[in-house]
Amino acid sequence: MRFGEEHQELRTAVRSLLAKYEGAAAWGPLTRQIGVAGLAVPEEYGGAGCGPVEVHVVMEELGRTLAPVPYLGSAVLATQALLAAGDTGLLPALAEGRTTGALAWAENGSWRPEAVRARAVRGADGWRITGVKDHVLDGAGDGADVLLVAARTEAGLALFHVPSGADGVSREAHTTMDLTRPQATVRFDGAEARAVAVDGDRVLAHVRDLACTALAAEQVGAAERCLELTIAHVQDRVQFGRPIGSFQAVKHRLADAFVRVESARSAALGASWAAASGSPDLSRYAAVAKSACSEAFSAVAGDMIQLHGGIGITWEHDAHRYFKRAHGSSQLFGSPAGHRDRIAEAVVGPRAAGATSLA
Amino acid sequence: MSSTEKFRSEFRTWLRSGLTGEFAALKGRGGPGREHEAFAERLAWERHMAAAGWTCVGWPQEYGGRGATLEEQVAFHEEYALADAPARVGHIGEQLLGPTLIAFGTDAQRARFLPGIRSVDELWCQGYSEPDAGSDLANVRTRAERDADGWSVTGQKIWTSLAHESQWCFLVARTGRGTRRHEGLSYLLVPMDQPGVEVRPIAQLTGTSEFNEVFFDGARTGAENVVGVPGDGWKVAMATLGFERGVSTLGQQVGFRRELEALIALARRNGAADDPLVRDRLARAWTGLEIIRFNALRMLDGAAAGAPGPEASISKIYWATWHRELGELAMDVCGAGGMLADGAPYDLDDWQRLFLFSRADTIYAGSNEIQRNIIAERVLGLPKEARA
Ligand SMILES: Cc1cc2nc3c(=O)[nH]c(=O)nc-3n(C[C@H](O)[C@H](O)[C@H](O)COP(=O)(O)OP(=O)(O)OC[C@H]3O[C@@H](n4cnc5c(N)ncnc54)[C@H](O)[C@@H]3O)c2cc1C
Repeated sequence: MRFGEEHQELRTAVRSLLAKYEGAAAWGPLTRQIGVAGLAVPEEYGGAGCGPVEVHVVMEELGRTLAPVPYLGSAVLATQALLAAGDTGLLPALAEGRTTGALAWAENGSWRPEAVRARAVRGADGWRITGVKDHVLDGAGDGADVLLVAARTEAGLALFHVPSGADGVSREAHTTMDLTRPQATVRFDGAEARAVAVDGDRVLAHVRDLACTALAAEQVGAAERCLELTIAHVQDRVQFGRPIGSFQAVKHRLADAFVRVESARSAALGASWAAASGSPDLSRYAAVAKSACSEAFSAVAGDMIQLHGGIGITWEHDAHRYFKRAHGSSQLFGSPAGHRDRIAEAVVGPRAAGATSLA
Repeated sequence: MSSTEKFRSEFRTWLRSGLTGEFAALKGRGGPGREHEAFAERLAWERHMAAAGWTCVGWPQEYGGRGATLEEQVAFHEEYALADAPARVGHIGEQLLGPTLIAFGTDAQRARFLPGIRSVDELWCQGYSEPDAGSDLANVRTRAERDADGWSVTGQKIWTSLAHESQWCFLVARTGRGTRRHEGLSYLLVPMDQPGVEVRPIAQLTGTSEFNEVFFDGARTGAENVVGVPGDGWKVAMATLGFERGVSTLGQQVGFRRELEALIALARRNGAADDPLVRDRLARAWTGLEIIRFNALRMLDGAAAGAPGPEASISKIYWATWHRELGELAMDVCGAGGMLADGAPYDLDDWQRLFLFSRADTIYAGSNEIQRNIIAERVLGLPKEARA
């Protein structure tokens, strides 16, 4: 689990671009100059033919700056869903970053494949989808050109492509607590659709593993940045005649935060490497990484506010942006407790009768 | 097959045939908090391992080891734990003193001491801590004077694990006059079987005893038995601590995994697993276990030759805290029955021992607080503690 030189180069390139272009403006250069959107797409479909380890590097860097770009929603969720489905026609445009994709997946606050209730019915003119999808990343306005939807047919869960501009689709953008990660609710009312995968359970389960793995890396990057900023602050800020970072109550808190972040990084790397090698244990490692990294990021972002004192709770200071992102990404794709519930299912055994699953 | 896999399968095959007959009964015996279990039989087992060349595998071949790579050493520890083989008795010599002598000893010292460690004919204990020098190791008061025939050692050590079973002690003593803190300390090798050494066992919270007070009163050792430059022993002592924190993570998670699996099995049997909070804590423990393994893999990936640096502190805090929490969880899984010992005089079961003895994990080999100081100051670059 060691990065090579080419990974360091990728990291440096992404970091310097993110320093140059703030906010959403970074997306164009990231896709054109570095080709991030197609990193994990095979070369035959216009990508760079890399994989989960490169995605890990990019996500860590995006996490450090909380860049509001559609990488997770488009390059990870939508693109990997198409790859898992084996539906490759839309890939070149996505890989190039000319178009962005969105995966309409969660319902009623759950990302479990079993939770999908949206229905797809086949008529004379093809499939029609009806249902409501929550928390669609980058799914609002004219943001996402490629809309993928998980829906149930008589034969089970399947994945569909709804052409842009189709009738019976309405998108509602939300004001998110974490202003740097836009979400939408997308309603389908008999919208015309094309089936891209009939084994939707497999596709969604795999996409969830990759999504959790990528998000874990982002959480590590963000948590690392919180820690860096906080360490710089406690060395600067003087109270009682000395830097607050010389007080053991503060030092030990930061040492614990460091142990948390580095251990979370181990978990995230473990999942990324498992994804890269096609390990059969990926699901478990992804659940471990998502739950551990969510908790680490939340704790460190909380410490960041505490150790910054009054300025930590201002709108002006960046601390609240990390704190809000920590909350948002902790809930995204299932809570830490929800993922532990999945782990318990695997290692402890089935839940007692009557109890319901969380993740 | 990779060389690691070859090594692994060779050792596994040997263990399978070795842990039979008289040794079969030793499975699962011993370990922290349980060192009193079948000690003589475990010693015999370890000499049997030595005869087959399965001790000190990580040492270079020229010193009697196998020159096993880090990956092979991990495989060694994993296979050992998977076979449920008894806890090692010679680990202090093999994992702490051996590497220290290889790095800092003279050729004569290596020739004199390494073979005895490898063959498990001589067991070692670590004489660092004193009543006034625990976390503050540089406050050592034990003195050693150089005279015509060697060294004369006077002072008191405490918490000395397995001193009552050991033939030799490596210790830190003050040898320079008028020196303070970490200056003027020397690293000495002292034989235990002599009139100037008295070992008094200390009863632990488990009711058993594996560490001791050791009193040196003019104890003798030869002039040649100082490691490194006299008066400059601090560097040597620190290197030993580095080995201690580093090796402790190798393969250790396999033993932890067996404990957690056994606890899950118990929780299933007694119904505790149906409690959603217990389920969540078991899953959290599993998550931590995977992280211990990934932490160790990362540490190995990054470790150059020699003792691991401050990053070993991350692993130490993480696994020690994890293990302590596992002990607490075990007591909640056991429920009310965990209040009762099995029989007189004080016969605790494995879970009770885990609960009680895992409190030591966050204390020995540098307490959690000391590891936090190391991380804060040496990794994060925060200002140093004011020191007297
Ligand atoms: C099972 C076991 C086996 C052991 N085996 C050996 C052995 O074989 N050989 C040997 O030499 N020693 C051995 N030890 C001793 C061990 O290394 C010491 O107990 C340990 O270093 C702590 O020292 P202390 O007990 O003197 O506690 P103290 O140093 O008095 O510490 C007490 C508490 O204060 C905290 N503290 C101390 N200083 C600071 C500080 N600067 N900042 C914040 N907190 C601080 C500590 O973390 C601890 O929680 C063993 C201990 C145990 C429990």
